[in-house]
Amino acid sequence: MRTKSTIENYLFVLPAVLIFSIFYIYPFYKVFTLALCQWDGIAQFSFAKSFIGLRNFKELLMQDRVWWQAMTQAGYITLIALTFQNALALALALACDRDIKGANIYRVIFYIPPVLSGVVVGLVWRWIYDGNYGLLNYWLQNIGLSHLITDWLSNPKTALTSVAVIHCWKGFGWGFIIFLAGLQTIPRQLYEAAKVDGANSWQMFKKVTIPLMVPVFILVSILTILGTMQVFVLILSMTGGGPGYHTEVPVTRILASMVGSSRFGYACSQSIIFGAILMAVSFIQIRLSKYMRQA
Amino acid sequence: MHEGTKYKIERFCKDSLLHLFLIAVAVTCIFPLLWMVGSALKTQQTVFSDMSIIPRHPLWSNFYHAWTKGNFGIYFLNSIFYTVTVVFGIVVVSSLAAFAFSRLQFPGKNVIFYMFLIAMMIPLPGSFVPLYVLMTKLHLVNTRIGYILCMINVGLSFSIYLLKTFFDKMPHALEDASRIDGCSKLGIWWHVALPLARPAIAVIVIFNSLNVWNEYILATLIFSSKSLMPLQRGLMIFQGTHITEYPLLMAGMAITTLPIILVYLLMQKHIIKGITAGTIVG
Repeated sequence: MRTKSTIENYLFVLPAVLIFSIFYIYPFYKVFTLALCQWDGIAQFSFAKSFIGLRNFKELLMQDRVWWQAMTQAGYITLIALTFQNALALALALACDRDIKGANIYRVIFYIPPVLSGVVVGLVWRWIYDGNYGLLNYWLQNIGLSHLITDWLSNPKTALTSVAVIHCWKGFGWGFIIFLAGLQTIPRQLYEAAKVDGANSWQMFKKVTIPLMVPVFILVSILTILGTMQVFVLILSMTGGGPGYHTEVPVTRILASMVGSSRFGYACSQSIIFGAILMAVSFIQIRLSKYMRQA
Repeated sequence: MHEGTKYKIERFCKDSLLHLFLIAVAVTCIFPLLWMVGSALKTQQTVFSDMSIIPRHPLWSNFYHAWTKGNFGIYFLNSIFYTVTVVFGIVVVSSLAAFAFSRLQFPGKNVIFYMFLIAMMIPLPGSFVPLYVLMTKLHLVNTRIGYILCMINVGLSFSIYLLKTFFDKMPHALEDASRIDGCSKLGIWWHVALPLARPAIAVIVIFNSLNVWNEYILATLIFSSKSLMPLQRGLMIFQGTHITEYPLLMAGMAITTLPIILVYLLMQKHIIKGITAGTIVG
């Protein structure tokens, strides 16, 4: 009777565990085996025949310049997202946290870009950025800034920044919601007490808001880094990585190794190195924040 | 009195400046969408020269042509089908598991639950590579069921976590009562747990719907027949083959975006709640 009941209980988790094992655990294990192999994805796979040891990793770490260029470029987009996007999100959240009229309408509008798909966002902005018929150049000409006109996404100097700006456009609404939720947990009495003590609004911001928001800042910056480093749908739909390799990011490189040059093993080694870097970044950040909270 | 007016004027000026800032940002959020719809209503000639947002003679037939000639009708129905089946699958599978993790006893329960939790925290960029290999092996490439199963897996961990924390907070009294009335475990799950978990299920449904509707990379790798593809994939295909037909492309994009915007506007309260919940987990 007892065992029958236990088996019955297992049946509840069985579908979840089954799907999870097949579609998460197995691929997870497969990444690590494939990374040690040279395999084109077509031939019958045999571990013994295609095993090449750590050669994929050696090539990736020592020779693959484009990979590290892609990594730097993702880092550049991340830096812009961390500063520009999050500053904007915080400013908007602070503005909406005052009892301002229509705060709810603003909140609804700011979260529209995040619910759109990367493909749609990328294609709309590509059309606006277009060198010949784009709205942006048309406007620049009309307000007398025609010297700025360029083919935004084909010019190596402007392509990456243009993509980064759109990434921020798509993401700031998300940061805004989190910041606003954080601000609203700060008890109003604290502000009133500070006011009674004669603090002005800048002092209140510095002494009340900022210290209490530190955990939220850390959370948002970790998620911004993890999210932005892994950006790629936007890139595929805006530039496809070009011109040259000027807007390539790690995930587009992984995709290129797999689909473009049919090097499945190499693509897996890229995945592992990139995943490890991401883990390290978030780990360092969590440690740092603990250290800062103690100090 | 004088002090009061001064304060009021100051406050009014500050608020106006803030509104100006907020409105400016809000306009940049909406404008690209208006531009998209506007471009969808222009002709192949005027789309390159007419810079008005709403053209004087809107060409609604573009939507019809995109739907039929551009194949967006098929893509649209596919997207609907995938979204409904995947979300249904996630709700059933994750609520069964979460119910067991919260209420039932069996050896290894915590280990299995932590496995799902850890999976949420390890970033695995490029997981599409081994997933594609697996799909080939199981002969699930270019099949609907393959895509659906992959996408169910994507939403599973988060949904299980969310529902388990929700079930944990639920009072046991109702369950005890129904057990005394002779309800089986499955009966309790169906008659008691699921109806009570409605707020959590709403969050799961909305988030996973958005996620499936907007998914691109797995759809790209798994499908090679146009008749099976969802919208996001269809857009990229159309964009690749009819590169200059901007009005039809924009119409296709409007068809892709409209349902999302509608669902978002109707459900925005749940969505805001879900983001905050989701962030705390992540």
